Amino acid sequence: MTNPAPILELRGVNKSFGAVHVLRGVDFNAYPGQVSALVGDNGAGKSTLIKGVAGIHSFDSGEYLFEGSPANVHAPRQANALGIEVVYQDLALCDNLDVVHNMFLGREEKQGVILDEITMERRAKETLAGLSVRTLKSVRQQVSSLSGGQRQTVAIARAVLWNSKLVILDEPTAALGVAQTEQVLKLVRRLADNGLAVILISHNMNDVFEVADNIACLYLGMMAAQVHTKDVTHGQVVELITSGRSGDIGLQPEILANGAVA
Amino acid sequence: MSATQVTDVDIPEAGDTGGLGKALRDYFIRVKGGEVGSLPAVAGLIVLIALFSILQGGTFFTALNFANLINQGTAVIVLAMGLVFVLLLGEIDLSAGFAAGTAAAVLAVGLTKYGLPWPLALIACLLTGLVIGLIIGLLVARLGIPSFVVTLAAFLGLQGVMLLIIGEGGTIGIQNDFLLAIMNRNMPVWTGWLLWLLVILGYAFVTFRAIRARKAAGLSGSSASVWAAKVVSLAILLGVGVYLLNGERQIVRAGKQSCVIMGPPNEPVGCIPILQGVPWAVLVVLLLLVGLTFLLSRTSFGRHVYAVGGNTEAARRAGIKVSSIKITCFMICSTLAAVAGVLLASRDNSVSPTTGGAQTLLFAVGAAVIGGTSLFGGRGRVVDAIVGGLVVAVIANGLPLITSQSGIQYVVTGGVLLVAASVDALSRRRSSASGR
Repeated sequence: MTNPAPILELRGVNKSFGAVHVLRGVDFNAYPGQVSALVGDNGAGKSTLIKGVAGIHSFDSGEYLFEGSPANVHAPRQANALGIEVVYQDLALCDNLDVVHNMFLGREEKQGVILDEITMERRAKETLAGLSVRTLKSVRQQVSSLSGGQRQTVAIARAVLWNSKLVILDEPTAALGVAQTEQVLKLVRRLADNGLAVILISHNMNDVFEVADNIACLYLGMMAAQVHTKDVTHGQVVELITSGRSGDIGLQPEILANGAVA
Repeated sequence: MSATQVTDVDIPEAGDTGGLGKALRDYFIRVKGGEVGSLPAVAGLIVLIALFSILQGGTFFTALNFANLINQGTAVIVLAMGLVFVLLLGEIDLSAGFAAGTAAAVLAVGLTKYGLPWPLALIACLLTGLVIGLIIGLLVARLGIPSFVVTLAAFLGLQGVMLLIIGEGGTIGIQNDFLLAIMNRNMPVWTGWLLWLLVILGYAFVTFRAIRARKAAGLSGSSASVWAAKVVSLAILLGVGVYLLNGERQIVRAGKQSCVIMGPPNEPVGCIPILQGVPWAVLVVLLLLVGLTFLLSRTSFGRHVYAVGGNTEAARRAGIKVSSIKITCFMICSTLAAVAGVLLASRDNSVSPTTGGAQTLLFAVGAAVIGGTSLFGGRGRVVDAIVGGLVVAVIANGLPLITSQSGIQYVVTGGVLLVAASVDALSRRRSSASGR
């Protein structure tokens, strides 16, 4: 399987918080039409990497290429302008607003100063229909009345509403039951099938193997490997997560030794 | 992705065009799910009016008393409208009462001591409110002091500022005819009916256009029968109000006219020949209601206010400038407090150190909450302030007609506020539990 040109390419990015060197020369690619899983133990640097991509904080050094050209991303708005959307684990939805209001929050459609509810409702419905979402009773329902899976659906639909090219999902199934997890994973797969690049952060290996095209394993702030899903087994990925190395793939022993010291 | 690839949408609709019965069923489901809105307040209002009418026999349910009620309630209602904005954020403004007093003091001093023409004095008064709100907003949003503490400090501080502005004299009389007319004069009978007609037509037109636009766009909306029912019930409700206010309000007892003094103090005390018509203050409340409702429900500013109140972090991540929303809301609140101050000054024909003091603020907070505005933020409407304000006014007006003990009035008002807060808390729990 050959990869298309990556839409997002990170080369040797570093990030430190004070004395703590969180990301050490990380390379990472995300491809259009593919789900790239980002896995790693707690504290491996997944969140830091994602926050850097989303512009919440900027990398100290290294290259950030978007669609092949260097991008300057130092604020969430700049990332949004490129077509990067993040769905956070805590969803960031307003319970007291309905589905349409939430999807357009902060970017409302207007006619003059008046909110254009009709256009917003139509676009929201089109987006949900484009994702084959059939679980919502009405787009005018308040979010407080939705289940966890439905909320996740709304959050993801919001992310794809903006002609986005890269959607980052932070543990989208962490709080869901079996049936709802299945629903959300199907949705994640459809995003990629619609041509978007998807980055999926997950701790759940079953989820990763079900939807991901490639898997990137972070180990102590270093990229152990980014491999095709079909080239590795469950056990190998777990080994990469826990020790940074599995057979011939992963970090070189001497790097691992240095890493452990620092 | 291409969102245009699917034109046929197969999401079933909750609010499909199904006539009145369906609309009522949907409403019932919403109420059960915790979205009670101002339903308890409306129910309470009806119960209270019925109760006072029976217990008091005669005096309560009269045209004169209805006008009194409006006269007593207007300032509290306007104050509560401002508080709705702050409460929507999940914040509180304890200083609104004395902001009203301070602004009124500026108005009075401007008119008398500096001899300003009334429009200038009015502008100075409203600016006073604006500046007070700006300072409170900056302290809350930028410095991060809890609004409870900031406005508690402002509550004490403004009380002093007000005394300093008014000076040792104590009370400053207001002689300006225009300002006095707001609370003391009534519209001619025909103006009242014209206003009624305009409101009904305006409401019918706006809602009809919205329904038609949704139909044209292929979206579901409420049906024509629901629309007609709403328009007709609004017309009847307001029609009864206008009819009552347009009746002759002077009390005629056993052939002897007992006189009601409604004029400014310099007018000779005596019988006013005709006392009928909708008070001009109603127009002020109406304009504020329309303007502020538009702001909250039809503009992105309003949407962002709800978002900040519902989930501040989500609003921030959506790119909403949370602190400017907060500052603006505090400014709206204090500016409306200044308007309330003008109304208080107009009603009392003067400004004194007690203007806006005593229970004014607490009644206003009570009015907003009783009307259905949540203390937890994110839920409430401007019209809540009116419904809640009427409940508070009915209690304040009706109880003294039954009992002479003023203690009972406080106890009852406090009790009603507690009931309203409980309904708020319960409905909040209900709506978070009704995950469908």
